[in-house]
Amino acid sequence: MHLTVSAHKMLGNFHFAAEFDLTGNRIGLYGPSGSGKSTLMHLLAGLLRPDSGTIRLDETILFDRIRGINLPPEQRRVGVVFQHSHLFPHMSVRRNLLYGWRRTPETDRHIEPEAIIEVLHLGHLLDRGVNLLSGGERQRVALGRTILTCPRLILMDEPLSGLDEELKFQIMPYLNTVFSRFEIPLVFISHSLMEMRLMTEQVLVVDQGEIKQQMATEELALSAWAAPGQGYINILRLGRPQPQGDLWIYPWGDVRLVLTERAEGEDNVFELDAREILLFKRHPEATSARNLLPCTVRKLFTVGNRARVELQCGSETLIVQIVPESIRELELAEGREVVAAVKASAFRRLT
Amino acid sequence: MFTLSNDDLTAIRLSLQVAMTATLVALPPGIAVAYFLAFSKMRGKALVEGLINLPLVLPPVVVGYLLLLLLGRNGWLGGVLADLNIRVIFTLTGAIIASSVVGFPLLVRSIRIGMEGIDRPCIQAARTLGASWWDSLFTIILPLSGRAILAGMTLMFARSLGEFGATIILAGNIPGVTQTIPLAIYEYTSTPGGDRMALTLCLVSILLSFIVLLASGAASKSLDRK
Repeated sequence: MHLTVSAHKMLGNFHFAAEFDLTGNRIGLYGPSGSGKSTLMHLLAGLLRPDSGTIRLDETILFDRIRGINLPPEQRRVGVVFQHSHLFPHMSVRRNLLYGWRRTPETDRHIEPEAIIEVLHLGHLLDRGVNLLSGGERQRVALGRTILTCPRLILMDEPLSGLDEELKFQIMPYLNTVFSRFEIPLVFISHSLMEMRLMTEQVLVVDQGEIKQQMATEELALSAWAAPGQGYINILRLGRPQPQGDLWIYPWGDVRLVLTERAEGEDNVFELDAREILLFKRHPEATSARNLLPCTVRKLFTVGNRARVELQCGSETLIVQIVPESIRELELAEGREVVAAVKASAFRRLT
Repeated sequence: MFTLSNDDLTAIRLSLQVAMTATLVALPPGIAVAYFLAFSKMRGKALVEGLINLPLVLPPVVVGYLLLLLLGRNGWLGGVLADLNIRVIFTLTGAIIASSVVGFPLLVRSIRIGMEGIDRPCIQAARTLGASWWDSLFTIILPLSGRAILAGMTLMFARSLGEFGATIILAGNIPGVTQTIPLAIYEYTSTPGGDRMALTLCLVSILLSFIVLLASGAASKSLDRK
């Protein structure tokens, strides 16, 4: 997807201005509440008309003030999943799901309702009224309803913020499955760095009505670390586990990790706090930690009394947070071999 | 004991005819004005709202007189209508116009409140799902304000059944042509010995109003069940 935006909008005293040009399929809009993320989303969807400028999606001009072009929302084929699901209260789950599909020209329909109903596990809910659904179910219906219009782009406005922690991570795999399986470009809006890292590859940082920065999501996560009090969470994508005694062995790139927690499926996401990893100069022979990983130091970065060590672990990367004194004692330097020790219980399952 | 004369039966038929026609004629503009008041952000909104609500607070006789000035032979619109060979004064059309104007604010108010209760992003969601404005009007906005529309129509129908002041000025009190139930009752009460006849029509009036309320309650319930 290629998106070019140059748009201005005054909303009362709030001035919103966006100038960017990007290519990619997993875009994040990151910033605090009230920064203008939702305004940008409304402009893209055609729900709000810019005062001036142009908006282009691939070859289509969605808005051009000078040429007098302003495609109405129904002609843009830009799907929106709102923060609260906003299902149609007078329709059943089935009619909600098919509302957009029925209005999509047959030539554009390349996703079948059956496939979506299966992926989102909605089969048993089809004949229910939407007012009886739980928060997670409602959001799944809203997502399915939007995907069935086979949009050229889906905008998601903090779709997880109304859900509690546990539900969030239950929905996330659905999102990932859907977007990778149906290959729909995504613009994901959130103020949660963790959600950004799980859902997007690139981010636009929005603040005070302006696009401040455009960068890779991981870059953003690393730069956020420099702020005082901010930690770093490693996100590890592990394969299908095998039992070993009462523990579980997961493949992680070409390395194997031992975890206490069990998961099913081929793709499992775990988080590992950078402060929970110990570094040894030489292999410590025996420790209580179940994971002893030979690694190479790739980068060192110090802020105040915290030091960030970037390790190459086989084909994967691991970020470790220690204190500068340890760097001196271990004589850490780029290219140096170390052993990282991680307890089997230090991993927390996200999805 | 209570018997209805032929004139009475005609009055009942005329009343129902006027109330029904006025309500149906006022419905499309009523929905349009309610939509404007509920969703528009235009500046002149308060003014339009005031104008629409004026018949609600003005004495119906005043409304009737203003309509007479407007639609009469020398009136602003009356001339145009005369050229088109349409007669309004002292006709059933006049009675229907009088009822429409007086009942209109009740209809608009009710529909507007219903429309304001609709979740806005729900309508936006319909648009992003591929529905044009008209499509979203018929599949989202109108179904979701169905109960309010029904309530408004009930109110207006009932108000039209009882319309007296504006009607008597614009349409007169001609038995068999423009004499509706209230006008017939008025005539009976001003005729010596007409008390019993007046009472009979009063009972009919009560019965009709009651039926309207019951019917609207039942219809509203069946909308709920959907």
